[in-house]
Amino acid sequence: MSAPITSTRFKQNAREALADATLQQALKFVEVNFISRRREAAERLPEFEALRDAARDIKDHTLAHLDLYLEAYERRVQAAGGEVHFALTAEEARDIVLAICRQAGAKTVTKGKSMVSEEIGLNAHLAANGVTPIETDLGEYLIQIRGEMPSHIIAPAVHLTKDQIEADFRRVHAHLAPDRSLVEPTTMLTEARNVLRERFLAADVGITGANFLVAETGTSIIVTNEGNGDLTQTLPKVHIVLATIEKLVPTLEDATQLLRVLARSATGQEISVYSTFSTGPRRASDPDGPAEYHVVILDNGRSAMLGGAFQDMLRCIRCGACMNHCPIYHAVGGHAYGWVYPGPMGAVLTPSLIGIEEAGHLPNASTFCGRCEEVCPVRIPLPRMMRAWREREFERHLSPATVRSGLAFWAYFATRPRLYGAATAMAAFALGLIGRLRGRFRWLPLAQGWTRHRDFPAPEGSTFQAQWRRRKR
Amino acid sequence: MTTRDTILASIRRSLGVSGDEAPRRAAVAERLARHPHGVIPARGRREQERLAVFRSMVELAAGTVEEVARGDGVPAAVAAFLRAHNLPLAVRRGADARLDAMPWARERTLDVAVGPSDGSDLVALSHAFGAAAETGTLMLTSGADNPTTLNFLPDSHIVVLQASDIAGDYETLWGRLRERYGAGTMPRTVNWITGPSRSADIEQTLILGAHGPRRLHVIVVKE
Amino acid sequence: MLAAETQSKRGARVGLFVTCLVDLIRPSVGFAAVKLLEDAGCTVEVPRQTCCGQPAFNSGDRATARAIAEQVIAAFEPYDYVVAPSGSCAGMVKVHYPELFHSDPDWLPRVDRFCAKTFELVSFLIDVLDVTDLAASFFGIVTYHDACSGLRELGIRAQPRRLLGRVKGLNLAEMRDADVCCGFGGTFCVKYPEISNAIVAKKADHIAATGAGTLLAGDLGCLMNMAGKLQRAGYVVRARHVAEVLAGMTDQPAIGESRRAAAKE
Repeated sequence: MSAPITSTRFKQNAREALADATLQQALKFVEVNFISRRREAAERLPEFEALRDAARDIKDHTLAHLDLYLEAYERRVQAAGGEVHFALTAEEARDIVLAICRQAGAKTVTKGKSMVSEEIGLNAHLAANGVTPIETDLGEYLIQIRGEMPSHIIAPAVHLTKDQIEADFRRVHAHLAPDRSLVEPTTMLTEARNVLRERFLAADVGITGANFLVAETGTSIIVTNEGNGDLTQTLPKVHIVLATIEKLVPTLEDATQLLRVLARSATGQEISVYSTFSTGPRRASDPDGPAEYHVVILDNGRSAMLGGAFQDMLRCIRCGACMNHCPIYHAVGGHAYGWVYPGPMGAVLTPSLIGIEEAGHLPNASTFCGRCEEVCPVRIPLPRMMRAWREREFERHLSPATVRSGLAFWAYFATRPRLYGAATAMAAFALGLIGRLRGRFRWLPLAQGWTRHRDFPAPEGSTFQAQWRRRKR
Repeated sequence: MTTRDTILASIRRSLGVSGDEAPRRAAVAERLARHPHGVIPARGRREQERLAVFRSMVELAAGTVEEVARGDGVPAAVAAFLRAHNLPLAVRRGADARLDAMPWARERTLDVAVGPSDGSDLVALSHAFGAAAETGTLMLTSGADNPTTLNFLPDSHIVVLQASDIAGDYETLWGRLRERYGAGTMPRTVNWITGPSRSADIEQTLILGAHGPRRLHVIVVKE
Repeated sequence: MLAAETQSKRGARVGLFVTCLVDLIRPSVGFAAVKLLEDAGCTVEVPRQTCCGQPAFNSGDRATARAIAEQVIAAFEPYDYVVAPSGSCAGMVKVHYPELFHSDPDWLPRVDRFCAKTFELVSFLIDVLDVTDLAASFFGIVTYHDACSGLRELGIRAQPRRLLGRVKGLNLAEMRDADVCCGFGGTFCVKYPEISNAIVAKKADHIAATGAGTLLAGDLGCLMNMAGKLQRAGYVVRARHVAEVLAGMTDQPAIGESRRAAAKE
């Protein structure tokens, strides 16, 4: 699905999300389940913290040598009989995938979950050019039939309730008998499984993402719980892997370190049900598997992030732990962020990919509570990078004029202690006097953002410093 | 300049390197050649506990495990499994020599087909390359011996595993794979499988059997 | 008998970093901090001060944040320790001041020395002064909110609970999600008021569910946010800074409470 970017409407999106009772109900599950499960998985493994350090170090080493590891990776893919295609932009990547599909005479393509395919708007491009994409990850399938974007990077339909899903199934699966009960999740799953099984077997091309690309062996790795990625990449005659440059890791052992922290951070599982390592097309002696293996490696702004303030963001292994723990995400869900990547990682990555002018709200809508950084398996300093975006906005005068002038006004006083002392004494006196009777304000001019929802306490009447100096006299 | 060259040049520009620097090249070559281990959990380290750890981890992932004394006990175990789950007495397997050598003829009512699956089989039978006790993970490799389609299309998947092939950790398995296939070389597909297929996409209710098998049964051969 | 090292620390000269919110809105917190420090044997002085610079820092105005930081360091450098009744301000100094001066070799050693002697109040009492006894008593059920900066930047969690355990008559009831953000976030609560409201509404519900009559925390910004919501939601819970209870200074009205309401108690 390629929906328009609505990140500039973040506040409006958030308002709608807060008023959406069904969404709020669905979000409760996110808050409760993901957090406790991750904590339990971390507690079960004594080596977990050491693994986080190792994972961070492996990514840092790889990024510092990314050019060389990419070259090594390409050689190994080719040695195994695969083809590597490089794409600088989203448009180039779309065109390459379409060309491969056309060459294969593809009518339908099955897809494993791929955030990169959302990033480049692949599905709409294929559909517009006569190739029908079919999402096979159950969550992606659900949002595909609703025409929505994913709202979470690993649980794309986390914003949906059971009732909504049932209604969608009835609407789209026309063959369902009206009296057939779909109330149980098991029944709905069986329904999806049967419908998609036919699609798997009929597809000409299978497209997967890649959690990691291994330079040592030219291998692409996908992890799923459903097995849909495996059916996607094993049954059709062509397998296309869509990945971005920072997915590289040096060796199988390095990938293993990262796999040990990925599922634990994402869902609290020890490991995903299926971790699949694919290298090249089928061999001469293989009875099954694709005849062609293509890897499309996309840059789309990432090479520019290297060596700069946002390089650490390229460590991200797309586990979703940050958004699972984010109080803002819990309040408004993923769609409010307006594009592919929500939550804290989206707040840092999105401005790099689509520009800070479009994505400005995202790094600002944070309290810097720090929970994201606390749980990130590769220790990305997310609040620091959100602040770095705010610095860029400030330098480029992108923040609203009222905010800038308010800040400038305050800064004038804060850098002049005596003047500050006099001004605050006046404010404390005035507000203290007005507020004395009730002790608080239900409404304050210039502070409606606060007082619309909360009372504001009245100051005590004089500042601490003034009282202290009087005492000491 | 090709797109490939453009991207590499962009990476090098950002990193402030030319790409020709000897120390960088040496560091990369060394890591690729030596593939050093990182942090390995202690969990599966003790050999005498390994089978027990493996078993409990498979069960945690909603798989089932049984043990047989010798390889020739497998056909009977398979037949018993099918009867216990009211499944027809039919399985499909690959050409794996270890499975070939088992006395299937003794189970006269058991129908054993050999070859990749086209989706119409209810039960598949594979032989694992090995397993990692740390998470109860089976490792299977593609090929005529154990076609990959058998791992995913059928409703139930039975995997035979030699107890001596249960490693404590994944790294040991990679070492064995390199011995078998050669350094830097892999089969088309290596699958790590931990339990049956599952989904939690509907209000986070856990359901088994999303697209892959809804049952995973491991038969551990002790001898 | 106290170890000699702790003994000498207790005679220290402390510069009180009162914080801009305490200074303007609730000076009694500052006086409670002074009492706690003096009772532990320190001499307390209060140099002329404005703010730690965090509002500028978090708004991306690095230049102003840097100017304020230089001002703070110059004013407080002469003291043995710098103590603030706020995890957020202490965190700003200890964790973020080095970032402001990271490319300045002239300033860095000075900044590092300064950060090393800056502490949040409760952490100072426990981790440096090893305070074990308090003269305070407080009869009632309280619940404690772990403000984010103090918790995640400075590791403050056990210390306030340890000290609250020394307050006679005090009953601590832990709330659900005590360590989850209250939605204040400095300018966040006025830039994104509806989201902030949704977050603090959850927090208010958790607070009320404990049955506690009093909410405590170590940061006034968070407390103002939570108190404001508790009042607007009609919950009868008083909010105070933890220093007020530890110092036994709970005569003045709670945050946002009128004198009349306090007198009724």
